[in-house]
Amino acid sequence: MAFMFSAGFAVAGVAIAAAPVDVPDTMAERVKACVVCHGPEDRMGRDAYYPRIAGKPEGYIFNQLRNFRDGRRYYRPMTLLLANVSDRYLLEMAAYFSALEQPYPPPERTALSSNESKLAQKLINQGDPSRKIPACVECHGKALMGTAPFIPGLLGLPRVYLIAQFGAWRSGGLLRGQTPDCMSEIAKELTTDETNAIAAWLAAQSVPEKTGAAANLPVEMARRCESLFHRNDAP
Amino acid sequence: MKRALIAASIACLTAMGLSFELIGAPSAEKGAAAKKEVTAEKAVSSAQRQSRGAYLAQAGNCMGCHTAQGGRLYAGGRSLSTPFGTFVTPNITPDKATGIGHWTEQDFWKALHEGKSRDGRPLYPSFPYTEYTKITREDSDAIFAHLQTLAPVAQHNPPSKINFPYNFQPLLSLWRAIYFKPGVYQPDTAKSHEWNRGAYLVQGLGHCNACHAQRNPLGAVGDDTLGGGQIMGSNWYAPSLTSSQEAGSAGWPIEEITQLLTTGISPQSATSGPMADVVRQSLQHLSKEDALAMANYLKSLPETSPRVRAAAPVVTGQVKNWFQRGAKLYEKHCQDCHGDSGQGAPGIYPPLAGNRGVTMTPPVNAVRSVLNGGYPPSTAGNPRPYGMPPFAQVLRDDEVAQVLSYIRNAWGNHASLVTTDQVDRSREGSH
Ligand code: HEC
Ligand code: HEC
Ligand code: HEC
Ligand code: HEC
Ligand code: HEC
Repeated sequence: MAFMFSAGFAVAGVAIAAAPVDVPDTMAERVKACVVCHGPEDRMGRDAYYPRIAGKPEGYIFNQLRNFRDGRRYYRPMTLLLANVSDRYLLEMAAYFSALEQPYPPPERTALSSNESKLAQKLINQGDPSRKIPACVECHGKALMGTAPFIPGLLGLPRVYLIAQFGAWRSGGLLRGQTPDCMSEIAKELTTDETNAIAAWLAAQSVPEKTGAAANLPVEMARRCESLFHRNDAP
Repeated sequence: MKRALIAASIACLTAMGLSFELIGAPSAEKGAAAKKEVTAEKAVSSAQRQSRGAYLAQAGNCMGCHTAQGGRLYAGGRSLSTPFGTFVTPNITPDKATGIGHWTEQDFWKALHEGKSRDGRPLYPSFPYTEYTKITREDSDAIFAHLQTLAPVAQHNPPSKINFPYNFQPLLSLWRAIYFKPGVYQPDTAKSHEWNRGAYLVQGLGHCNACHAQRNPLGAVGDDTLGGGQIMGSNWYAPSLTSSQEAGSAGWPIEEITQLLTTGISPQSATSGPMADVVRQSLQHLSKEDALAMANYLKSLPETSPRVRAAAPVVTGQVKNWFQRGAKLYEKHCQDCHGDSGQGAPGIYPPLAGNRGVTMTPPVNAVRSVLNGGYPPSTAGNPRPYGMPPFAQVLRDDEVAQVLSYIRNAWGNHASLVTTDQVDRSREGSH
């Protein structure tokens, strides 16, 4: 054992001889743990679909990161990764990814009948007042590019991801956010046919260049989504 | 036979109950004397006591267990899974109906010191009263005073689900009679005040032994102290704090021990998993003096040999081939951060050369690091840590085994090979 011990010291000597790795003091370096999955292009990984996060509204990203960390949105690898990251640092990560500009993927070619296309567009632009479903554009912006700082855009997202999100809301609680919130309430009202049509239609749109998130949320919509905007700080 | 044992255990417990009352008596007298103090002084001292209690509660990490993930502070509801069942922590806010609002200092002392609930029910040792029993009455009262100042939270928690036969209460009583030795920490007069303070914190409030010691099949820590052990119901190994081949700190400079404990990272290593939780929730809040006392005590612990001895592999042709594949994977996936000689960037990316977390005989922690990645905790001393990506979704089990076998034997490291099987078993370990 004395031998093992001195061998340990010899090793430390070697390690000191090699110059330490040069590490840039930047956010890009600090989030290398994220970009193995959230790389510049959207992609299907071995275990899940990895959604794009670059350019999404800061408040939205921050809320999602807290949801993962605190067990309100379930994807185990991110929950483990974020376990001991403070709110303040999550906010910094959110700001970094929100400001990151990355080209969007080309629109998907999806098979959509003209009826489905009409159904999707009606819900998106007019909603369905009889079921208290506001038009998606009210919150997600006229251009569907989101409304700062909490509401994400709906374009540039793949169909499979959109369908998975609607599925998560429908199955309730744990999967996404502190349900119920304004979005989960709407998602629960929609039928599977409707969400399939919406997902296919959205995924087939090209993302307008130079259009950012809208600046203002209509007052009535802001009231509906209040629960998402002031969240109690978790430990 | 079984009956006789149970009867014996009950007899033992009764005997213990008596001795507790004897311990309790002198402090009751003190309490009466204190009442005579002038009111103004009392107000000051009670504020001081509450803030001291807040500090001690952090040092004991009461919040860590008594808060559910994303839940209200101290309202309980966190599940702790063990081979004996799933324990759900109780609400210890001062809510009268669902918390400990009706409790007195004496009730609270009985919980911490004797491991008994207010109604006399013996508590399960998943609540580490086996360590907290070393806490002084004065500190127990201060923690209680602090908890009573919290906002009450009305929250019912689901009951614990304890497996047969452990849910059979006489068995718990028997367990306690055999394994639980209540008693406040007794200072060693041959040692300095600082050393004793460190010992008090490590053995008592810090409950390091609750993780850093091997538990027998009944979940009891024997006489073995800080000798390292697998954490029950999880895939983490808490290394020996007394062996220089694991996490013994005899060979570390004092500043690096305090740095590791209070910031979560040191030039030689980084904390992860349950230890990162302990640092973030508890140790980072220690005062300079207490952190130093703890480090001095840890450094003074006599060397013991590790539970499992290292066995470096015989380098056959097959093993060489395994290393070569590991080296390639290392170059592709790891070298950017950990360096071409495993030198890392001290304080940012831990070195892997000479890192005992890498070479320790049970490879579970290293396997977990590679599968799940992680950030060391954000602490006041290291608020924006750099992270390690997870590789579970990138590397196959045999690849993880190869890269780990390689780093355990490169740059002067020597340790057993990691097998594909060991990696596979870690994939599903959820805590
Ligand atoms: C192992 C791969 C992986 C890693 C590493 C990872 N993520 Fe994720 N991330 C995912 C997946 C998969 C989802 C979608 C989960 C779902 O469907 O709910 C996701 C979702 C997100 C979302 C929500 C996106 C949305 O539009 O709702 C954000 C924000 C995010 N990740 C940020 C991060 C950050 C920041 C990091 C690094 C600290 C990170 N992720 C690391 C795989 C990963
Ligand atoms: C009242 C406002 C409101 C309306 C109307 C609304 N949404 Fe949302 N939506 C939100 C909010 C807020 C979020 C973010 C939820 C969160 O933080 O978890 C969201 C999120 C989403 C997301 C997740 C995006 C991602 O990147 O993960 C999708 C998809 C979505 N909405 C689709 C729709 C569709 C389709 C409609 C119309 C049928 C619609 N929304 C109408 C407020 C609204
Ligand atoms: C490792 C996790 C853990 C830690 C750390 C912990 N507790 Fe607990 N505690 C528990 C569990 C589990 C129980 C329930 C045991 C049972 O029901 O038999 C419990 C029970 C209690 C009870 C009894 C409550 C009742 O209703 O009977 C009190 C009081 C208590 N803890 C206070 C504390 C204080 C004070 C601290 C910090 C000094 C602390 N705990 C730290 C896990 C923990
Ligand atoms: C909840 C379980 C738990 C508790 C309580 C705990 N530890 Fe640990 N500790 C671990 C685990 C698991 C590891 C291995 C992971 C790591 O290296 O960070 C570890 C690692 C360590 C290391 C080596 C860290 C490194 O990276 O070299 C030291 C030193 C240590 N613990 C000291 C302590 C002290 C002192 C206490 C009491 C104040 C304590 N631990 C309490 C679980 C725990
Ligand atoms: C982006 C930088 C980065 C990359 C790439 C990376 N690591 Fe790490 N590694 C880290 C950081 C940061 C930590 C500390 C993590 C923690 O404390 O949770 C770490 C910790 C470790 C540990 C635990 C060390 C300890 O002190 O207990 C091992 C083992 C490890 N890495 C091996 C690897 C291997 C093998 C690879 C390649 C497959 C790799 N790392 C790739 C940054 C990196």
